Amino acid sequence: MTFTVGIDLGTTNCALSYAGDDQAAPVALPIPQVVAPGEVAERTLMPSFLYVPAEAQFPPGSLALSWYPNARDVVGVLARSQGASTPGRLVSSAKSWLSYAGVDRRGEILPWEAPEGVPRLSPLEATARYLGHLRAAWEHAHPDHPLAEQDVVLTVPASFDAVARELTQEAALLAGFDEPPRLLEEPQAAMYAWLSERGDGWRDEVEVGDVILVVDIGGGTTDFSLIAVREDEGVLQLERVAVGDHILLGGDNMDLALAHTVRMHLEAEGTTLDDWQLRGLTHGCRTAKEALLSEDAPASHPLAIASRGSRLVGGTLRTELRREQLEAVLLDGFFPEVEVSARPAAPRRMGLTTLGLPYPADAGITRHLAAFLGRSAPVGDERSFVHPTAVLFNGGVTRSPLVRERIVGILGQWLEAEGGAAPKVLTGIDAELAVSHGAAYYARARRDGGVRIRGGTAQAYYVGIERNELAVPGIPPRVDAVCVAPFGMEEGSEVVLPQAFGLVVGEPVSFRFFGSSSRRDDAVGSATPPGPLTELAPIETTLEGPPGQVVHVRVHARVTEVGTLELSAVEAGAERRWKLSFDVRGQE
Amino acid sequence: MEEERLALPARLWLALILPFRVLFDAALAARIEGLDRPPSPSLPAPAPEPARQEVKAEVVEGPPEPTPALQLLAILQREGRFVDFLQEDMSGFADADIGAAARVVHEGCTRGLKDVLELAAIRTEAEGAAVELAAGYDATRTRVTGNVTGEPPFRGTLAHHGWRVESIRLPALSEGHDPLIIAPAEVEL
Repeated sequence: MTFTVGIDLGTTNCALSYAGDDQAAPVALPIPQVVAPGEVAERTLMPSFLYVPAEAQFPPGSLALSWYPNARDVVGVLARSQGASTPGRLVSSAKSWLSYAGVDRRGEILPWEAPEGVPRLSPLEATARYLGHLRAAWEHAHPDHPLAEQDVVLTVPASFDAVARELTQEAALLAGFDEPPRLLEEPQAAMYAWLSERGDGWRDEVEVGDVILVVDIGGGTTDFSLIAVREDEGVLQLERVAVGDHILLGGDNMDLALAHTVRMHLEAEGTTLDDWQLRGLTHGCRTAKEALLSEDAPASHPLAIASRGSRLVGGTLRTELRREQLEAVLLDGFFPEVEVSARPAAPRRMGLTTLGLPYPADAGITRHLAAFLGRSAPVGDERSFVHPTAVLFNGGVTRSPLVRERIVGILGQWLEAEGGAAPKVLTGIDAELAVSHGAAYYARARRDGGVRIRGGTAQAYYVGIERNELAVPGIPPRVDAVCVAPFGMEEGSEVVLPQAFGLVVGEPVSFRFFGSSSRRDDAVGSATPPGPLTELAPIETTLEGPPGQVVHVRVHARVTEVGTLELSAVEAGAERRWKLSFDVRGQE
Repeated sequence: MEEERLALPARLWLALILPFRVLFDAALAARIEGLDRPPSPSLPAPAPEPARQEVKAEVVEGPPEPTPALQLLAILQREGRFVDFLQEDMSGFADADIGAAARVVHEGCTRGLKDVLELAAIRTEAEGAAVELAAGYDATRTRVTGNVTGEPPFRGTLAHHGWRVESIRLPALSEGHDPLIIAPAEVEL
């Protein structure tokens, strides 16, 4: 018997779901993890945090797991709780670092800004540690079914570019996977979870022409996708037609924003909080947020902030979070009522900025949504944005009916202004486990034949080619971005760039490399100014051969069966082929 | 087995007081009267109650192993400052202060408890509702109080629905873990 396994490698939590040969719905694997020094318990979610303890910080053997007896570091529940009070030794958001071209992703840079003497590891290694833990947990529970022999699907954000996808695969190999697992976009996984939940009945809930907007707001990231319902020979088909950008905004930002609001109120009353209390307050705000965002919510939710010492009664501060505060900070701050023409504020370019993750300058998720729908509108359409007819929510924050109503309400206003009807809401998925459940369901649909979402690659890719023109001292030659891989390439397909290049053999050559998730009509070989594109990690290669010789090559782009983009240079009229790899050492 | 034998002074004292105690203590007299007869195995054992049949009546030798109890205490302290709360002197604090602390304890301990065990009410009726206990009801799950006379079925009102642990999953402990440490001292560097 072969299981299908879905792995949700989240920014803040990981989960693993699996399904057997029968048609039963996927279930989550309880993941053993160290929850306190010396205590191992199972949880369905594994926090994506890694803690590197100091020598003798914990008693010998107290971080041990059955598959990691001489543990030198720890992932999961303990890593998160210990890291909260010792942030200098905590690796967090490794996934965001893995997708960020601004740093060397194979370099030992995490924990970010760790003090001297703290051992560091690369975003790639940290990701491999989480995957390795999940693999070990699976094999601990299923000793007769090694993960290498199961059908494994790993989810990545829809906004992950070709480089981040390849690095995710590399992390899986580093984590001891024999073969790179197949990749699936997270919003698609959520859609599959809904299909799994509905069974064959899904065809009664949507119809040809429907456009489903997937709104996935996780702990640390927000991801949008559009999935169109089409008809092919009388059968309903789903096709993912657009994906949004990688937005580093999520539920954790909301908790922090609430905590700072309450802290400012306390400070105005003359009470200052230390770091420990602020963390307790953030925790309290999360609970208060969930209570106040539920239906029939009270007007306020009490917050009690304990002091760190053993005196609990004397040292606990009392305050409250009122609903109007929550609405002002959360609904108006993160989900402002804006026009569909609104766009997120551009990041300010300051002379001196601290290097770090590219957090968005605008926290307004609805503005990001307006931008996404606006730019996804087909060219020449009289409508100013894509009109979704249905919405599927995923991610912890969207469990709140108030948040869902807010988003659906704003969408409804936008649609009404252009003569559209209010979208319906597709319900029934578990906001925490939908992605891993959906991935396991997708693996089974692939194996046994089931409904599949088509769509291909989520971005178009370009290489930078210098224009052959008169050199002007001091001015860099202008660069054209030439499309090497169009949007929507299906797995297993290959395209060839019509232009040939002369490449010098025996020394490293490098191309600039760009991606775009909004340009869906560029064909292979078409040139465009690189301005509106996102620059990704450069491509580099060294063609072996006698130094100084020039060979004429054509660039081939292939999407592998597991969903990664493979670029190679093929000698014109000959058999020689060189793989082009991404240089992820980071940009200046 | 060798019988215990009494020394002469003790036997003298016993010989002195026993006639009086036999005379006034009927129960003792009956026990002494039985001493001369051999233990009678022919006495029919009372038929066990049907409900009790599943219960293994084992006499526990000594107190149970304390580790799981200490572990639960450590979890309640870690998640909800339970020991801090119990160990603190409450006198001199206003109810509002105690209430604020109770929120910390309540929220954290609920979370900690939910991680390790699942609790359910034993009786699903609303408290105050009329209930009937059939003959052979399980006395470990339901306890009757008040005017207890006659034989079941008993009729009464549900005063407390009871609690039962449906499942328990304590974390596994690593070798060398000291369960007596409920919370380590913390030193901020």
